[in-house]
Amino acid sequence: MLTNFLFVGFPYVALVLAIVVSILRFTWRPFSYSSLSSQFLETESLFWGSSLWHWGILWVLSGHLFAFFLPEAILAWNARPLRLYLLEITGLSMALLALVGVVALIVRRFTDRRVKVVTSPLDVVLLAVLLYQVASGIDVAIRYRWGSAWFSTNAAPYLWSLIKLAPRPELIAPLPWMVKLHFLSGFLVILLLPFTRLVHFLVVPIFYYWRRPQVVIWNRKGLR
Amino acid sequence: MDIRSQVAMVFHLDKCIGCHTCSIACKNVWTDRKGADYMWWNNVETKPGTGYPTQWENQEEYKGGWVVKDGKLQLRLTSKGKFLQKIFHQPSLPTMDEYYEPWTYRYEDLFNGPERDDQPTAIPVSKVTGQYIDIEAGPNWDDDLGGSPLYARNDVNLAAMSEEQRLQLLSIETLVMFYLPRICNHCANPACVAACPSGAIYKRGEDGIVLINQNVCRGWRYCVSACPYKKVFYNWSTGKSEKCLLCYPRVETGQAPACFHSCVGRIRYMGVLLYDADKIEAAGLKPDAELVTAHRDLLADPNDPAVIESARKNGVSEQVLKAARNSPVYRFVKDWGLALAPHPEYRTFPSLFYVPALGPVTYAMENGVALNPTSTEEIFAPLEQARLPMSYLASLFGAGQEAPVRYAMKKMLAIRTWKRATEVGDVDLKVALAGLREADCDPEQAEAIYRLTSLCSFEDRFVIPASHREQAVEVLTNPLERKGAAGFGFREAPQRGF
Repeated sequence: MLTNFLFVGFPYVALVLAIVVSILRFTWRPFSYSSLSSQFLETESLFWGSSLWHWGILWVLSGHLFAFFLPEAILAWNARPLRLYLLEITGLSMALLALVGVVALIVRRFTDRRVKVVTSPLDVVLLAVLLYQVASGIDVAIRYRWGSAWFSTNAAPYLWSLIKLAPRPELIAPLPWMVKLHFLSGFLVILLLPFTRLVHFLVVPIFYYWRRPQVVIWNRKGLR
Repeated sequence: MDIRSQVAMVFHLDKCIGCHTCSIACKNVWTDRKGADYMWWNNVETKPGTGYPTQWENQEEYKGGWVVKDGKLQLRLTSKGKFLQKIFHQPSLPTMDEYYEPWTYRYEDLFNGPERDDQPTAIPVSKVTGQYIDIEAGPNWDDDLGGSPLYARNDVNLAAMSEEQRLQLLSIETLVMFYLPRICNHCANPACVAACPSGAIYKRGEDGIVLINQNVCRGWRYCVSACPYKKVFYNWSTGKSEKCLLCYPRVETGQAPACFHSCVGRIRYMGVLLYDADKIEAAGLKPDAELVTAHRDLLADPNDPAVIESARKNGVSEQVLKAARNSPVYRFVKDWGLALAPHPEYRTFPSLFYVPALGPVTYAMENGVALNPTSTEEIFAPLEQARLPMSYLASLFGAGQEAPVRYAMKKMLAIRTWKRATEVGDVDLKVALAGLREADCDPEQAEAIYRLTSLCSFEDRFVIPASHREQAVEVLTNPLERKGAAGFGFREAPQRGF
């Protein structure tokens, strides 16, 4: 019952809300989509916090996504122990970078007098959840080896079962609670996505690479 | 040929008295809001000085404008390939400390303070944090060389001068200064537009005004760094960038913007320029020495039939074409060669031009000591003896080239002498006329320049065609969609986040 609620009901609520609210917010409140950068108010400690956090978490997230889309490839790669160690050590060091980054960001947010002014309650919640997510991920990676192996055999099929609308929570039911909590806070991040500044992740300006350097808009002709 | 029209501007620095009325007019209309309280879309600087934000001309630090790299025009900020690397932290972004932390005073303490032996005071409090603030800088604390030599000595343009000239400029007997009012230049090749990752900044086709779509801006902050004039500002409260919008609701109805309208010294001119958009890239690739000429070549002759035909093809209305033929800006920039764009070496091709100030009539002697002039000849001393070194003005207006600045200054000095000869009569007319000829001018042109400089009416200064909003794309959509709206787009309160 509890398993069904936490690992079937909750993920679906989080996912549906993430998609629906993001779209609604983009259509009805486009002004609210912003990175809400506070670099203008404080730049030096942001350099360490933001750079370490973003680079670290981007690699960790890509690793998760890669294992989600191509679990067999990960297993094949892990066939040789040396390659497994290489993968795990890389992932762990990136996660440590992200941890140092997010801690620096939290310290900055609560110590800089100007940044404090632009901190909303949801910012605090988000930072706390992200800190937990990264810290629990590192804990799991160290204590329950090897993550890249069981992610491919258990987590990836479970996540795919959610996507295919045929949930199989039993795949992860036997996993330790620390791992399950990592799943839960992961879904919590997805739930928080549309309601917080995290939406900047959805509007990463990759289209910049294709657009012409100058933008001219004619009132009479529309975009040109 | 791709002729577009541009609302362009001339600021006549000889007439600027540095009163900041323009700044206040703008502040009261547009930036008297939370998050925008530190912004001065229009500000007036004293030169030599560091300006606002401090040392904005130092592109080694701020990375504004364009550079030519491998035969291509590229943002100084970053190449396209390395673009996204800087998104997590923008290394060249000026912070609030480079502008100033806005403050107010706790006036209510004057009324609510407890009864004491001494008078209550209104302490300064930060407009960001609300806490007591020890005020260290303001947006114009280099005003009238206040704080010199601290501010004046750090002027970026002094690098172009010799050590001797610098000493002379900063010593108390030979101090010299002039004012530089600055707004967004609404450039023909804007670096802010090119740098915006979201494509939120755009140039309006009809009048060339550069605007930021607040609904598309995501606060990536590239525009703030990329603008070499530091005229895009980051609203720290809403997380969006904002900039001077040239009071477009006024311009569209043929009125002058607030800063233009309120100008006490009547230094501001506004008119239409036609320019060839096809030539921009080639002009931007020219070496520094040719930039002033290349910029002027961009501007098309409004009487040329081929230009008119191409403009019509782009939908430029007859009213705008007529305004272009009467443009005071075109006369100052092209016909007379008096007005120069600020820092052409940034390669953004500003639509704002300055007539350089002739400066004080007192001149520098050979040994660097200035004397009060005792005769008319001394008042109208040759340009070579001007107290403000030409190299300084060349750094500001000529991309380091003295020739275009010298041309403008020489002509103005010749006209001043000519008018002295015709009005007061203590200068020999023949000498004055010879001076005019030498400065590539004649009595007829001198008279026209004199009239547009000194006797210009409101209508002479502002030749602004009404833009045809009734033909705009809005009327093709459902008119009821905007019913009840203020006409400025969305009506949502500009709150931070969701």
